[in-house]
Amino acid sequence: MNQSEMVRSEHEPLVETIDVKTHFKTPRGIARAVDGVSIQIRRGQSLGVVGESGSGKTVLSRSIMGLLPRNGVIREGSVRYQGQEIGNRSDKEMQSIWGREMAMIFQDPMTSLNPVMKVGKQISESLRKNLGMSATEALAVAEKLLHDVRIPEPARRLNQYPHELSGGMRQRVMIAIAMACGPNMLFADEPTTALDVTVQAQILELLSEQKRERNMSLLLVTHNLGVVAGYTDEIAVMYGGKVVEKAPTKTLFANTKMPYTEALLSSIPRLDQPSHSRLSTIPGRPPDIVHPPKGCRFAPRCAYVRDLCLNEEPELQQADSPDHTYRCFFPVGSPEYLERRVELTRKGELVASEGSN
Amino acid sequence: MAGTGKAHLRDDQNVLLRVEDLVVEFPIGRTGLKVNAVSGISFDVLKGETLGIVGESGCGKSTTGRAIMQLPSPTSGSIMFDGTELTSLSGEAMREARTKIQMIFQDPISSLNPRRNVRDIVLEPLSIWNRGTKAEQLATVDKILEHVGIDPQRAAESKPHQFSGGQCQRISIARSLVLNPQMIICDEPVSALDVSVQAQVVNLLEDLKKEFELTLVFIAHDLAVVKNISDRIAVMYLGKICEVSSSDDLYRNPAHPYTEVLLSSIPVPDPTVAVKKVSVDGEPPSPVSPPAGCRFNPRCPNASDRCRSEEPTLREIEPGHFVACHHPLTGGEAPVTVRSN
Amino acid sequence: MSTTSVTPAPEDTIVRKKLGFGFWLCVTWIGLMAFIAIFAPVLPLKSPTANFLDSARGRPPYAPSWSHWFGTDKDARDVFSRSMYGARISLTVGFTAITAGFLIGGSLGVISGYYKGWIDRVSSFGFIVLLSFPSLVLAILLTSLIDRNLLTVSLVLGLLSIAPVGRLARAATLQYADREFVLAARQIGATNRRIIIKEILPNVAIPMSSLALLGMAVAVVAEGGLAFLGFSVQKGITWGGLIQLGSDASKTLQDSPWIAFFPILMLFLTVLSLNFAGDRLRTFFDVKETTL
Repeated sequence: MNQSEMVRSEHEPLVETIDVKTHFKTPRGIARAVDGVSIQIRRGQSLGVVGESGSGKTVLSRSIMGLLPRNGVIREGSVRYQGQEIGNRSDKEMQSIWGREMAMIFQDPMTSLNPVMKVGKQISESLRKNLGMSATEALAVAEKLLHDVRIPEPARRLNQYPHELSGGMRQRVMIAIAMACGPNMLFADEPTTALDVTVQAQILELLSEQKRERNMSLLLVTHNLGVVAGYTDEIAVMYGGKVVEKAPTKTLFANTKMPYTEALLSSIPRLDQPSHSRLSTIPGRPPDIVHPPKGCRFAPRCAYVRDLCLNEEPELQQADSPDHTYRCFFPVGSPEYLERRVELTRKGELVASEGSN
Repeated sequence: MAGTGKAHLRDDQNVLLRVEDLVVEFPIGRTGLKVNAVSGISFDVLKGETLGIVGESGCGKSTTGRAIMQLPSPTSGSIMFDGTELTSLSGEAMREARTKIQMIFQDPISSLNPRRNVRDIVLEPLSIWNRGTKAEQLATVDKILEHVGIDPQRAAESKPHQFSGGQCQRISIARSLVLNPQMIICDEPVSALDVSVQAQVVNLLEDLKKEFELTLVFIAHDLAVVKNISDRIAVMYLGKICEVSSSDDLYRNPAHPYTEVLLSSIPVPDPTVAVKKVSVDGEPPSPVSPPAGCRFNPRCPNASDRCRSEEPTLREIEPGHFVACHHPLTGGEAPVTVRSN
Repeated sequence: MSTTSVTPAPEDTIVRKKLGFGFWLCVTWIGLMAFIAIFAPVLPLKSPTANFLDSARGRPPYAPSWSHWFGTDKDARDVFSRSMYGARISLTVGFTAITAGFLIGGSLGVISGYYKGWIDRVSSFGFIVLLSFPSLVLAILLTSLIDRNLLTVSLVLGLLSIAPVGRLARAATLQYADREFVLAARQIGATNRRIIIKEILPNVAIPMSSLALLGMAVAVVAEGGLAFLGFSVQKGITWGGLIQLGSDASKTLQDSPWIAFFPILMLFLTVLSLNFAGDRLRTFFDVKETTL
């Protein structure tokens, strides 16, 4: 890499998607799982992708990594890795990227590990394949990796099968496998949803620690805004296949623009509320991605909806800072929003409108 | 950490369920070893109360819920429900008794038969017990489906897979309501759902509880959810109860170090709050060979020699707040007891 | 599709899955065969046993012609009408065998999968014993000992299908017996009998029913094999027997291939149809269980 390339890689995003669309052919019609998403992730940065089931968050991360079924998929837009287009590469061409450049960990560590292969073998496999190490060399590195992900007695674990490990340990093994070839970009798809709270905290801690130490980029997919709050630099909120709000984490929480983000946030039960407080909810269900609503996709569930929202789709707007964008005609804080809020409070529906359905 | 001790049991006319010295063990194949899923716990639930049972996987909370239903029956201990000792009931009598206690499970999809239509699933309890004529049964089912927010018309035409996870959980709730039970045991009813849907289901349970005058046992690993819905919470660890308290008090003044760990592990949806370093390493040890003394001692930051040898019992540190710990965070050291074993 | 988010929220439009043209073609063929098998005696077919000696054409066998579409065999019997009559025994044996196998093996499998414990251990051992015999040898052994009529040959083949069917039924039951909906049924007070009939059977029966078609295909082939070796129904016309006749002497197959070819074709098309239809049915009934 020469000097100018070095400079470029400092400033250019490590991973960039431009208007990525991933549509699936289903018997009911075209499912627009990801429908025009543009995001950037810089080196060493972590991005949280947050949304409900069906928002397209999982499909987005798989689209970037090229892990999509080959049949029945329509792909559009551009995916760039270190400035190079990788969106149109074949599986074979992606082989050199998977593992070494990008890696992924999944929600359920039990089903993503091979149950009949020893842990040590599963880790050393990719080391041997991708980095051409010898078997003994690879095992030694595997032991070090297990040590890195804070697994006690790593040497003994190498000879164990996945079912002999607890859920948290298995997820650590998954992380070790993902880390094996030193990827620049790690995708974590709901990595803690299947785990207990105490273990969840440990795994999130481990992920951000690995990210720091290796100057790696992290894309964390989750349905819980609470999970990403402490562990990401930036958050993209997805709804119905689109990014509806994107901002640096602190800005997003302090200066929420999109009523959907606000609703998601307030639906998290908080410890500091007295018990039996009414929880805020979002009425209705996520949109049908085969026949999405005409205007704003969130409009049918939005407490602040107006006629315009139902008929026209809002473009991406810029908030006070250039790195904060959202898709809403009447964002949180706008006069129309405040007006409606007063109405709702007067009618005593504020909690209820965000609340029961 | 000991669940042994019954200081927290209440002498109240209003007690609907009283569990004493519940032990559940499962043999492991032909090894002669056994899983000590629940090791002698006691608790009670008043009429109209919601008891939360919280703990990590493997702590025995789900086993406890199922043991109340005698699915399977516990190894030993007593379960008094509304004046009846459930453990002594015959198969047929127990089948009848179960209609007064119902259960909702974690996986909304797996708990509904994929090949039956939804209205039929909700009707099943009534048709087992022949309550009323077919027309009356259908009317009840439709009324309850509407109550939980499911369109009866759609339910009559659809199979479970045509509904979302949250809706499936509503259907499960409807099924548990048709027999008009006194108590519902909710086993992790919202852990498989999106946060936005979780809140809907929790609110629904609160509403139904009032309307149908239900008593709830709410089992979950997420203390934030449990705290919101419960009046009283029992914290479980490795088959034992370590703390019992009103839910607001538990949050304000956690006494057991494990309770504090659970509280601090809950992610706070606020980036300006610094992420607390998790004060505990590792995961619970295997319930096949639990540690001696307090079961939490290998992971506890405050463990002393006493914790490694002597099992603490539940004692009251302030009115209505009980803890099984030698060195609790509030309420002072446990008095030294001379135990003859 | 493997991705969770793809499964669309099922709105008003319910899409009916289609079985496809191939399936209906196969069903038509099977139906036609069944029709012929049942009504062969009243159909305008030539007698399958009569000799159609034709002095003008010399010594039989005669090659296919207008008067004998599939030709005749060495005894100048009409291969076409014999192939039609052959469907009778082949299909009856196939159907009866698999029905017996399903009734016995299926219920044993479901019961042992549901109750587990000693019932399971005993029946599983029985299945293993049955499976450990080479099935063709066992079939020959049994049929050589008995009076070989339609019923006994069917029952022998049925006996052979008990173990594979039973094991599949047991595996399918095990998959569902620990599901939470079974637990849910118990806690609303359902009896074991009711749980088996209402909760387990609907889940097990549909995948098994597609297996029934595949199983019938196997039984038809097995009967053909037995007949070829001379151990099937005595004095009856079966496809296996016809094939055997058409290939007994070394020269027959070369000089007059039609004698064996047409029964083989019938057997092949029928078995293919059964297999294909069974396979389509299996994918058709594959319920998607997750929409989370």
